[in-house]
Amino acid sequence: MATAAITADRTNYLNQEYGIKSWLLTTDHKRIALLYLLSITFFFFIGGFFALLIRLELLTPAGDLVQSDTYNKLFTMHGQVMVFFFLIPSIPAVLGNFLVPLMIGARDLAFPRINLLSWYLYIIAGVMMLHCILTGGVDTGWTFYTPFSTAFSNTKVIEAGLAIFVAGFSSILTGLNFVVTIHRMRAPGMTWSRLPLFIWAHYATSIIQLLGTPVLAVTLVLVVLERALHLGIFDPTRGGDPLLFQHLFWFYSHPAVYIMILPSMGVVSEIVPCFCRKRIFGYKFVAMSSIGIAVFGFLVWAHHMFVAGISLYSALIFSILSYMVAVPSAIKVFNWTATMYKGSISFATPMLYAFGFIGLFTMGGLTGLFLAALGIDVHVTDTYFVIAHFHYIMVGGAVMGYLGGMHFWWPKISGRMYPEFWGKLAAMIVFIGFNLTFFPQFVLGYLGMPRRYWQYPPEFQVLNVLSTAGSTILAVGYILPMVYFLWSMRYGKIAEENPWGASGLEWMTSSPPPTFNFDHTPEVTWEAYNYENIPAPEEVAVER
Amino acid sequence: MSDSPIAVEEHNPALRHHFADMEQQRQASSLGMWVFLATEVMFFGGMFCAYLIYRYWYYNEFAAGSRSLDIWLGTINTAVLICSSLTVALGVRAAQMGKRKLLVILLLLTIVFGLAFLGIKGVEWYTKFQEHHIPGSSFNVDDLIKEYPQIRIDPSHQQIFFSLYFAMTGLHALHMIIGVGIFAVLTFYAWKSLYTPEYHTPIELAGLYWHFVDIIWIYLFPLLYLIDRKPLK
Ligand code: HEM
Ligand SMILES: [Cu+2]
Repeated sequence: MATAAITADRTNYLNQEYGIKSWLLTTDHKRIALLYLLSITFFFFIGGFFALLIRLELLTPAGDLVQSDTYNKLFTMHGQVMVFFFLIPSIPAVLGNFLVPLMIGARDLAFPRINLLSWYLYIIAGVMMLHCILTGGVDTGWTFYTPFSTAFSNTKVIEAGLAIFVAGFSSILTGLNFVVTIHRMRAPGMTWSRLPLFIWAHYATSIIQLLGTPVLAVTLVLVVLERALHLGIFDPTRGGDPLLFQHLFWFYSHPAVYIMILPSMGVVSEIVPCFCRKRIFGYKFVAMSSIGIAVFGFLVWAHHMFVAGISLYSALIFSILSYMVAVPSAIKVFNWTATMYKGSISFATPMLYAFGFIGLFTMGGLTGLFLAALGIDVHVTDTYFVIAHFHYIMVGGAVMGYLGGMHFWWPKISGRMYPEFWGKLAAMIVFIGFNLTFFPQFVLGYLGMPRRYWQYPPEFQVLNVLSTAGSTILAVGYILPMVYFLWSMRYGKIAEENPWGASGLEWMTSSPPPTFNFDHTPEVTWEAYNYENIPAPEEVAVER
Repeated sequence: MSDSPIAVEEHNPALRHHFADMEQQRQASSLGMWVFLATEVMFFGGMFCAYLIYRYWYYNEFAAGSRSLDIWLGTINTAVLICSSLTVALGVRAAQMGKRKLLVILLLLTIVFGLAFLGIKGVEWYTKFQEHHIPGSSFNVDDLIKEYPQIRIDPSHQQIFFSLYFAMTGLHALHMIIGVGIFAVLTFYAWKSLYTPEYHTPIELAGLYWHFVDIIWIYLFPLLYLIDRKPLK
């Protein structure tokens, strides 16, 4: 292995042990993070493959590449794979797993074996999902709406439902581990007000995972029971209520969008102070806004159902609450910006991603406010406007944050630096490709192009071609980091303990860290982000 | 690996490497179990929410369905579960005091109570099966319509009640089965003298889980069996 060359004199978590068994039976949170990294990358490319097929079909107005049945399956499996098998586990299970114990000065998560179990559950779920895909797939949309999913669809709904049920438990166990770890395993002196904001973000995320996911789980169980054993809880022919399904589904799935975005916000809160060399502006506000998002996020679910037949009164209330949930998000954006103000900013790759995140997330969030307005929503619901809205947040925001975090902590994870030039290039390509893909979709949606159709009127073609072109550029932007990360594992410059001059305990142990993280349990006597006292490293300074 | 500065005075063999001491380990485990039970509340909460809405909409059918359940078996089962909670609580006490034999006996009793509950539940389900009260194509409630002419029963709405009945008691029973499995393993370890007054966290945690499953039943019993039992005029 390439890593053997790093330090002959020092063992770390990578060269402590070799062999497949030492990986598959490991309880080291850092190794489990890498297991997750491999598996979610795999699913990212599966989901991406479906996305490219969707975009290819939409290159022309006619339905030529695939027919409607296949198209329905493509967008369904794209959504399910991306949401449940990539984005929800992405930052928590990879970066969170790796960093939560390091950042709070612990030797591992509170329950290392449960951590491994959660990975195995993920893999079992993934195999079920793959089997489902390969033997015919599902066509219900990622939302499993009843009664289509329970009574009419003749695709593999049960298998997909059970796969996501199992994946849900993997997610619950990760959240449980984080909550207990953050409560019980902090190093001496690591008080709550000294925690990195990454930790606060993961704490909030875990709360949502713990309280939301079980509701999705039981809802999917009821759908499966209805399909398999003819229970009738959501069956309108027997007086069951399909809207109840939507309520239960969105009770989880709106908060779930915050499972996807909060960890990214945590990453950005680490990157911005580091590359501005300033303490984060308004630490307490950023920390509390994470908790605020987790709480308010549970109170807005019915904004997905404005046209589904809920009463006007409840629609009004949910509309107002949806406006309120934007407040904590905005607080974060303002605080990041204020942190940059008069900071000495260096445009290293992670910072480029952080910039990308802030801009794109803001656009996604603002269009969310459009959608939360009842009148506008009636016009643009179920159009490409909604698609653009959530892709700006989930791809423009969450995936950007994930990539930014991967670059920022790659030296710690692998012990090697990635090539800075290629990193910047890829970040630019991702940004351009992303906007070219999704900005036209705002326009398309506003003009009235509905989502989830395999063909469309010819006047929409120009914008669709732009979008498809953008998606190929985006694909290049995603493949590049894969290539140079792999390359850097052998040829990259050897990383020092703290190449960015960053604050945080994870930078006070060697890169890569030893199996038990710290030689001596650290004792924390300083506040988070004390950049006044940390010298900026030479190389980063040169790059300005 | 003991290059840690927190070299522990007397190293309890049950102490896992990443904890500083037994106290931290115990607190972490117990917090973990409480958090897990919170997720369970949400899990059952989804179904209780559905129950609430449909009972409000279809009260007649819920009342009739409730009358058709065997109140005696339901009551006996409630008593059985409460007894099992007692044996678990006493078991935790026995573990704290290091009484191995007593612990094993109490755990075995818990398993017996748990299995008794499941057996009685099975009988009830089987009766429902014979009465064609299982939702689906062979569903038939003519018997209830004849028996309670005073109540207006819509057979399709009646299916909603029984759908919920089977979903809720079914998922509860699944939790019971898992619980019995856990206690089987714990009994084995207790018999092997794994638990000491210093280390018996698994017994405590399994006890918490078992009490939780009991509490779910304490809610299910009145919600399903006792909706309306007044004599009909
Ligand atoms: C800033 C606050 C936000 C507001 C006010 C908001 C508002 C909305 C509204 C009203 C809809 C429903 C549109 C419709 O179907 O007609 C919607 C859809 C959606 N939003 Fe947001 N949103 C916000 C943030 C987010 C975030 C942070 C994410 C993801 C990380 C997200 C992901 C989604 C998704 C996935 C959908 C579409 C689901 C579907 O129908 O398939 N939103 N949003
Ligand atoms: Cu939402």
